[in-house]
Amino acid sequence: MARFTINGKPHDIEVDPTTPLLWVLREQVGLTGTKYGCGIAQCGACTVHIDGTAIRSCSLPISEAEGKQVTTIEGLAQNGVLHPVQKAWLEHDVPQCGYCQSGMIMAAAALLMEKPKPTDADIDAAITNICRCGTFQQVRVAIHAVTNA
Amino acid sequence: MNYAPQMNRRSFVIGAVAGGGGLALGLELPFGPRGASATVGGPEINAWVAIQPDETVVIRIAKSEMGQGTITGLAQLVEELECEWSKVTIEYPTPGQNLARKQAWGSMFTAGSRGIRESQELVRKGGAAARQMLIQAAANGWNVPSSECSAAGSVITHKTSGRMTTFGKVADAAGKLEAPKEVQLKDPKDWKIAGKPLKRLDTLEKLTGKLVYGIDITLPGMLNAAIRDCPVFGGKVKSFDAEKVMGMKGVKKVVRVGESGAAVVADTWWQAKTALDVLPIVWDEGENAKVSSASIAEWLKAGLDAEQAFVGNQNGDAKAALANAAKKVEEVYSYPYQNHATMEPMNATALYTADKCEVWCPTQNGDAALAAVIEASGLPAPKCEVHKVTLGGGFGRRGFTDFIRQAVAIAKEMPGTPVKLLWSREEDMTHRRYHPVTQAKMVGGFDANGNLTAFHMRISGQSILASVRPENLQSGRDPVTFQGLNPSGPESGIGYTIPNLLIDHSMRNPHVPPGFWRGVNINHNAIYLECFIDELAHSVGEDPLEFRRKLMREHPKHLAVLNAVAEKIEWEKPRAQGVHRGIAQMMSFGSYVAGATEISVVGDSKIKIHRIVAATDPGYAVNPAQIERQIAGSFVYGLSALFYQECTVKDGRIEQENFDTYNSMRIAEMPKVETIVMPSGGFWGGVGEPTICVAGPAVLNAFFSATGQANPLVSAEES
Repeated sequence: MARFTINGKPHDIEVDPTTPLLWVLREQVGLTGTKYGCGIAQCGACTVHIDGTAIRSCSLPISEAEGKQVTTIEGLAQNGVLHPVQKAWLEHDVPQCGYCQSGMIMAAAALLMEKPKPTDADIDAAITNICRCGTFQQVRVAIHAVTNA
Repeated sequence: MNYAPQMNRRSFVIGAVAGGGGLALGLELPFGPRGASATVGGPEINAWVAIQPDETVVIRIAKSEMGQGTITGLAQLVEELECEWSKVTIEYPTPGQNLARKQAWGSMFTAGSRGIRESQELVRKGGAAARQMLIQAAANGWNVPSSECSAAGSVITHKTSGRMTTFGKVADAAGKLEAPKEVQLKDPKDWKIAGKPLKRLDTLEKLTGKLVYGIDITLPGMLNAAIRDCPVFGGKVKSFDAEKVMGMKGVKKVVRVGESGAAVVADTWWQAKTALDVLPIVWDEGENAKVSSASIAEWLKAGLDAEQAFVGNQNGDAKAALANAAKKVEEVYSYPYQNHATMEPMNATALYTADKCEVWCPTQNGDAALAAVIEASGLPAPKCEVHKVTLGGGFGRRGFTDFIRQAVAIAKEMPGTPVKLLWSREEDMTHRRYHPVTQAKMVGGFDANGNLTAFHMRISGQSILASVRPENLQSGRDPVTFQGLNPSGPESGIGYTIPNLLIDHSMRNPHVPPGFWRGVNINHNAIYLECFIDELAHSVGEDPLEFRRKLMREHPKHLAVLNAVAEKIEWEKPRAQGVHRGIAQMMSFGSYVAGATEISVVGDSKIKIHRIVAATDPGYAVNPAQIERQIAGSFVYGLSALFYQECTVKDGRIEQENFDTYNSMRIAEMPKVETIVMPSGGFWGGVGEPTICVAGPAVLNAFFSATGQANPLVSAEES
């Protein structure tokens, strides 16, 4: 049994404690916006926030999420209003196939919480997600656009 | 290989359409029989256009969306309809509907940068025909000649009386009219929706996690499967011990999949994968287990001087001219196996019952997916259906149907229960289709005045067609091998005129199965040709841009994009201290492309990229903003391939299993790509792939300029 909060709602979930948070979210909670890419914390497609910090959920056993606040891409918009990062992503038409973008957006949102006006170097250090379509140019533009909004 | 013949099956379902696509279109409006409706429904004006009473315009799109903006571009080409853009939405007809309506939507195969160029005429004619029918319906209602009516912004106006109505109001009546026999298309210079940098139609759901990809499919009562196929291509399963895992939590069944795979089916995928990891499987690896990268390289090397070869391009007598040359330059390059590494691993969900088999899958080839379901299920075509789901990347990999066949095979073992098959990243990295492996030996010959008089390129290595579509070989020759090196033609003609030229191919097909791979052969051909051109220029002390220009006088479109990047990167101006420039051009998938870079070298072999400039002439630019994104993205793909990506073979299997050993560029390594979109009109070139091929040589040529090393082992430096 694991108890934690997802997008503001408390959950009690019957699950093997070694199961990665990613698969609990996707298969037991039904939140499929968080994606599987590599399973070894390399690509960042599974990025969610735990107590406000970006983590790669594919490599976090659910036991380590016990008692914590988990935010997924589905919980980023508040009361039907897009998060500033989502708005910037929409404005700058960032996604191509879109598969990595949940993780990319969560990573960007965490960066902006920590550094509201990130430099290019800050972006380079914080955004280490893989995007095979190669949307990096628009990602950078959109992150700066949030800062300047 | 078990999987080699799979594509052949397309022929029995879709007949002559394979590979040809929209070639028969000029003759008649291919709307097919009425009846079987697509998903959202009507009223349907024709196969391509349905208009709902609330004025929503539904454009039916045959091609798959895998990131390139294809569906948005095709929707823009409904231009001819004269509808209100904000009312436009799209839907995919199913492959079953396409089959039932006698290929009304043409080929669904989305590859070779043909998404828009192969469908554009169909969509435009579909829009134009629908407009005529809507106007006719309004004119009939007013009892006036249709010639007195016109349409704009989804509103039809009778010019003389000023009466107006809307598409939604006359759609029902229009759908009952005969389709016009002929339609007139606008001159592209009069486009109002097409040609504009509009936003994509499919972005919002990608930002909220709501968009359903294949991996996200959930059906009532669905189980999940994890699979392991023999790590050695061509090997088989000898046995497995299902009892060892049957007691594990959630595990429902262990099944053999074909001759070479075993799958665990469980309540959740994580449970299935956990059980699969400890499932004892004994493989019969076969003879291929002896093959290594070194043995493949040795075999290919022998092909560089083999007597027999297929000719791809020839003029003059290159061998004689080389024998008499005053000066000769020779070089051997090679290019490795590479995995597509789509962000979403392969997956498909299948539901099999005694009288129906349905599959939900991300596919680049709906028609082939349906053919695979028909064959794998053993059910007749009318009892099979494929539902195309958004792709988390395609890059050529999802034109194949191996994972679909596997999903059907597993579902057949559990009739009535839907099963989602998902490959782990490790399974995805180590199985099925790879960018083919080749080597090339190039020899250039100069006369006494330093003019390039002879050029021989011998490619030795793997043919994709020999593996996936042997019926398309031309007396054994694989024409796709010569992408970018062909004499001329609309697809990929070489941009140089050399008096004595020979480009030929010694075909050698190792056991690792090759496949189409964003660009494929053009990627290594561009490195071979364009890096060697720089070596030739260097050998006679000429500037590589000027050297190219002399050979390109008869190729003005190639030259135009080359000149455009040269001007933008200010080739003529002095470089900053420690900065080096490289340049490359090619014709690729019908488009003319060029790239130029500025780099510096850190230490002995690390490259820091400062600037990338890229130009493309795709004929028509349906959405310039999306073309810019494709160019920028293609440099990430092409440079990831250059810097990081090599699949090596040991004991018959691929050694790299995940992104830790098969890396991809990150944001820190990519400078801005400065794009020049310069459509010259009169032809339809591709967009998704072409510029990839100049990414590698534009950087390598800058490195050559810096170090004199033409074929370096390089790794990227974060910028």
